[in-house]
Amino acid sequence: MMDAVATIPPFETFYGEHAEEVLRLLRRRLGRDRAEDAFQETFLRALRAYDRLTHGEHLRAWVLTIATRVAIDAHRRAGEPTEELPELPDVDGRPAYEELAFLTDTLPPKERAAVVLRYGYDLDYEQIAAALDSSPDAARQAASSGVRRLRRRIT
Amino acid sequence: MTVPTDLDRRFRDAAVEARLLDAGYDVVDTPVGPLLVAATDRGLLRVSFDGGGDDPEAALEQIARLAGPRVLRAPRAVAVAHAELDEYFSGKRRAFDLPVDLRGQPGFAVSVLGELAKVPYGHTQTYGELATRAGNPKAARAVGMVMNRNPLPIVLPCHRIVGASGSLVGYGGGLERKEHLLRLEGAIL
Repeated sequence: MMDAVATIPPFETFYGEHAEEVLRLLRRRLGRDRAEDAFQETFLRALRAYDRLTHGEHLRAWVLTIATRVAIDAHRRAGEPTEELPELPDVDGRPAYEELAFLTDTLPPKERAAVVLRYGYDLDYEQIAAALDSSPDAARQAASSGVRRLRRRIT
Repeated sequence: MTVPTDLDRRFRDAAVEARLLDAGYDVVDTPVGPLLVAATDRGLLRVSFDGGGDDPEAALEQIARLAGPRVLRAPRAVAVAHAELDEYFSGKRRAFDLPVDLRGQPGFAVSVLGELAKVPYGHTQTYGELATRAGNPKAARAVGMVMNRNPLPIVLPCHRIVGASGSLVGYGGGLERKEHLLRLEGAIL
């Protein structure tokens, strides 16, 4: 009960809080019609990973990343050009990630997303994998090669 | 902007179909007020009178603690229970045909609730009689506690359990509801 980290809310609460914003993001990126399938896909992906979450922090950033990823997949399937980059959502209060932005902006998209979600939002690799639609191992690899790349640049 | 109703509904149905929920629930309107009805893949998990309560969040958190965090309002997940409750309240059903999920209940409660399920429609039994049938004639008071905390009122008919003198005694959902249910079943006039 004295947990410092936010506990994971029932999915209904999480869905109620973020459904509108997810739909807005998807309509912006895909248009009204295609946003509907993507909306369903986003929350089904979130459901698949939800019972493996270890804490309830930054769920908004997490679900918006999933939505962005789903939109990119939809573009790709339609053979449309897409910037590779899951645009990372602005979060109220701008967490630590803001301070990393000038560094991470230069990373390749997957590495950037993995580094920012890991070190900016403190998500674990299960969560990052769900957001990026890859495996926890791949997420860990992307984060660590991103960090290596940053180190090389800084030193 | 709100999420269009049909889109919302489609997601909730898809979540049930993909079997991704730890528990699905809905609020069912009945003559004794709105009931929150929740089910897992094992069976009916919760029937609660605070369906229209002031703190739905608390009810959901309780369900999540028992079943897991993937708790979603999903009418399809409780469609059978909903239909059977409708039939019961319209007088067309005398017994529920629903698997139950009694996870989290202590062993004594499980055996008492198992005996409770056998008390027939339209009949009453005393706390002492139920205690005896559950194998412990002296446990009338403990049986009373189990009735008070019954996770599946109406479906597991704790309203049919009355005091030794025949008085209604008490009901987790309030005495008025107990009376209503017994009158519906013709157990009292």
